Amino acid sequence: MSAGWEVVIGLEVHSQLATRSKIFSAASTAYGAEPNTQACLVDLGYPGVLPVLNKEVVHMAAMFGLAVNATVAPRSVFARKNYFYPDLPKGYQISQFELPIVEHGELFISDADGNEKRIGITRAHLEEDAGKSIHEGLDQSSGIDLNRAGTPLLEIVSEPDLRSAKEAVAYMRKIHTIVRYLGISDGNMQEGSFRCDANISVRPMGQEELGTRAELKNLNSFRFVEKAINFEIERQIDLIEDGGKVVQETRLYDSDKDETRPMRSKEEANDYRYFPDPDLLPVEISAEYIEAVRQQLPELPDAKHDRFVNEYKLKSDDAAILTSSRAVADFYEATAAATTAKPQLVANWVVGDLSGALNRDGLDIATSRISSTALAGLLTRIEDNTISGKLAKQVFEAMWDGEGTADEIIEARGLKQITDSSAIEAVVDKVIAANPGQVAEYQGGKDKLIGFFVGQVMKETGGQANPGQVNQILKQKLKR
Amino acid sequence: MSLSKDQVQHIAKLARLELSDDEYAESVMKLSKIVDFVDHLSEADTDGVVPMAHPLDVAQRLRSDRVDEADERDYYQENASSVSGGLYLVPKVIE
Amino acid sequence: MMDSYSKSMTELLAGLESGDFSSVELTESLLGRIATLDEKLNAFVTVTADEAMAAAQAADDARAAGNPGVLNGLPILHKDIFCTRGVKTTCGSKMLDNFISPYDATVVEKLAGAGAVVLGKTNMDEFAMGSSNETSYFGPVSNPWDLTRTPGGSSGGSAAAVAARFAPAATGTDTGGSIRQPAALTGTVGIKPTYGRVSRYGMIAFASSLDQAGVITRTAEDAARVLGVMAGFDERDSTSVDHPVPDYVAGINESVKGLKVGIVRQHFDAGLDAECGNRVKDAIAVIESLGAEAVEVDLPNIDYSVPTYYVVAPAECSSNLSRFDGVRFGHRAENADDLMDLYCRSRGEGFGDEVKRRIMTGTYVLSAGYYDAYYLKAQQVRHLIADDFKKAFADVDVIAGPTAPTPAFRLGEKVDDPITMYLNDIYTIGANLAGLPGMSVPCGFVDGLPVGLHLVGHHFEEQTLLRFAHQYQQVTDWHTTCPEGFE
Repeated sequence: MSAGWEVVIGLEVHSQLATRSKIFSAASTAYGAEPNTQACLVDLGYPGVLPVLNKEVVHMAAMFGLAVNATVAPRSVFARKNYFYPDLPKGYQISQFELPIVEHGELFISDADGNEKRIGITRAHLEEDAGKSIHEGLDQSSGIDLNRAGTPLLEIVSEPDLRSAKEAVAYMRKIHTIVRYLGISDGNMQEGSFRCDANISVRPMGQEELGTRAELKNLNSFRFVEKAINFEIERQIDLIEDGGKVVQETRLYDSDKDETRPMRSKEEANDYRYFPDPDLLPVEISAEYIEAVRQQLPELPDAKHDRFVNEYKLKSDDAAILTSSRAVADFYEATAAATTAKPQLVANWVVGDLSGALNRDGLDIATSRISSTALAGLLTRIEDNTISGKLAKQVFEAMWDGEGTADEIIEARGLKQITDSSAIEAVVDKVIAANPGQVAEYQGGKDKLIGFFVGQVMKETGGQANPGQVNQILKQKLKR
Repeated sequence: MSLSKDQVQHIAKLARLELSDDEYAESVMKLSKIVDFVDHLSEADTDGVVPMAHPLDVAQRLRSDRVDEADERDYYQENASSVSGGLYLVPKVIE
Repeated sequence: MMDSYSKSMTELLAGLESGDFSSVELTESLLGRIATLDEKLNAFVTVTADEAMAAAQAADDARAAGNPGVLNGLPILHKDIFCTRGVKTTCGSKMLDNFISPYDATVVEKLAGAGAVVLGKTNMDEFAMGSSNETSYFGPVSNPWDLTRTPGGSSGGSAAAVAARFAPAATGTDTGGSIRQPAALTGTVGIKPTYGRVSRYGMIAFASSLDQAGVITRTAEDAARVLGVMAGFDERDSTSVDHPVPDYVAGINESVKGLKVGIVRQHFDAGLDAECGNRVKDAIAVIESLGAEAVEVDLPNIDYSVPTYYVVAPAECSSNLSRFDGVRFGHRAENADDLMDLYCRSRGEGFGDEVKRRIMTGTYVLSAGYYDAYYLKAQQVRHLIADDFKKAFADVDVIAGPTAPTPAFRLGEKVDDPITMYLNDIYTIGANLAGLPGMSVPCGFVDGLPVGLHLVGHHFEEQTLLRFAHQYQQVTDWHTTCPEGFE
């Protein structure tokens, strides 16, 4: 970004709430059904139908509010947002306007220098999702599928505290982690259950007044959020430096061309004519209810991270990866509890080999081919020197392919580590005798050759000699 | 207070209503009368009065999170003029 | 069988129970009467003859089997605003002229569950917007007392049909007076219960915070009978109140001695036709003779009720009617160029003038820059009016006055000036704004045209209204007079 400019970013995240039924009707919210097979009369906006509020939605919103240190409103009101669009069957969206259910929250991210930065959350409110439009393959028409209409959404609005695309992504990731931790959303961006809009403006460094902002809509991956924001920042700066003015408008990000462009259908400013929905009454939440929700909150990501650092003595970066999802964290802790191996070793394996295998096969921790118990078993065998760390990788791959437990594989392949000193000594003697030249060079000062000898001994023992002992015995026998 | 034709056109567009020229003329006249009539409300002293959105002073009841609706798409779509493959059709929208 | 049409529900029930006639015979006879006489009134949009005969047969079977519902075999009509599964439901509009509802309104379900036999769907002002039944797409309804005059609205078809003895009861809806005013103009009984007393599920919405379903009959006892079935909590309506439903029929026989009747100072002023006023004063004197005490009450903000209503109701309806866009049901414009064209022409063609006018009024008062001055202000004034009633009810059990400012006016007389038409609801609107129950009872005639006595009660005091009305009807016979040509 050109020097002398400051960028101001606010994010609006729309997270679907993972309820079984819709916010105002008893139709299913399950993804992927045939068009309009999960759109009941209430969702279709038929004449005479009425909305009734899903209690789980209130519960989930309250959980979110508490997780971000926000106020959960004792009284909140649903309002109608009026506009016409085919995916909005009633011609209005039931949302919340003046009195949202959650207000004045915060969360913490790391800024560019690695320092903790507080990002304010202005509000979070409940609303219903619209349906979907299909524009391809229907000749001169667009097709409307209202299955999604009525799915509950929590719209989370940040203060304009973000100052770079990286900060924006960090914030978005944090929200993503929190909603998944709480179990209130599956955060699936491909399926559209987690969406983000960004409001971006630029101003000369030091200026207090905000520049005109543009809104970027429906950025559906972390990567696109970053690229879109960066493009938009440059676009606005270039525009102003060339003597132009930023227009307040809504823009879409085109990932193929890596650019933003104005959205045609939103060209006209909409007058939403918000007013309290007369079909719904104010939502009242007691202090007792909020306290009960607080008691049941799971351990949140930041707290879990700090506990992992303190309790397991892990590096902050490892802890961050392990606590990026509750499922991974739970897997880690289950493994650590079931093995004698040190927590750092467990961390290395979960962050390293296990993650690698999951990524390679496109799986997530829930569908891991090695369970926490099984992994614990393998790590215990490293700890008690039955096998070396290097051989353990082989065993891991065999376990991943379904060949059995660690013990079964070690037994079947005869991989037990050789720790018998006299046996190792015998091999070392053999290798030393077979390589007089290298012995001479080593004794002449080429210390690096120890690696060659270790390699030879390992080759002779099929990798099963305990490396530590090999090293020690070699050094002793090669002493000048 | 008289409404102008521009105002009425703007309102009609917001409300997605097509009016003929005659209808516009009549609307401007009648809407202006209505607005004049309701303007009397400004005479009422409402300092500190809470707006009443509902005649009842009760809170919203909550429904348990259960799926209770079956697929009746084909029956419902008997009322739709234009459907294809289960989708409701409208003139193509470009985004 | 010849004069069964004049019988009240109570009398018909007795006749059915003692086997004097069957439900099939009764239904057939009334359908015949409708076929002959409705061309004079145009009270029906749809006559459901086949469905009625089937329901009548089922009712007779149930009676024979020993498990009849409380309204078993009794004929009833539904205002065409209530969704009836498999039957055209038009709301008096071209927009829904082709709409076959896929579900039954709660009110329809409850009455069918009690064994009532539906003879048809009655004509109404389009989307319940009107006070004369002249805005219907299906043509105006005539008042049986004078075919050149309106029966009032918006439940004009229901009121005219009951007055013409096509059925002893017809459902209606009341947002600003749409049950009570037509009841007054046709010499029938009309009751609008407390807001939240009867479910709005399946009742096509006009103004959600004001709409209530009710019934039009010829006697208070019949109204008690039907209301007892219609009322009750419905989990499908968030604004439905979980309040026990008393036995309205049992309660009407208690005396009104010692109860206090409030007379509103502001009501008997220049806007009220003098002779109407006299009929109402006579009625109040009758009630006093029954032992009730008349007391003056003050509703200082009542003059704001009509302008308040004409901000709130259009605002809510402008939003409620946005769903009518031709996409999933209802009228759809042909060969639309684009989406804007589809919406604007479908709605422009499907809605009548009054509906379009109210949608535009509502859009205006909610729009940016006007919301505070109009909508917010109106909701504040609404609160003042509700508080006025609350204070008055600290001293009285019921408030009495005229239902309408004039008797039935001529067709076409008031259509040019919207404000003149709106002022027909001047006495009834307050009850809707405050959510209070209201009732109209026939109390005399002016030049051969009926006049109604208006009663308003405190929240959930339908029982008190029915009691007053029934006791009044025990000592008067206005409600037994039949319009000429319909004897």
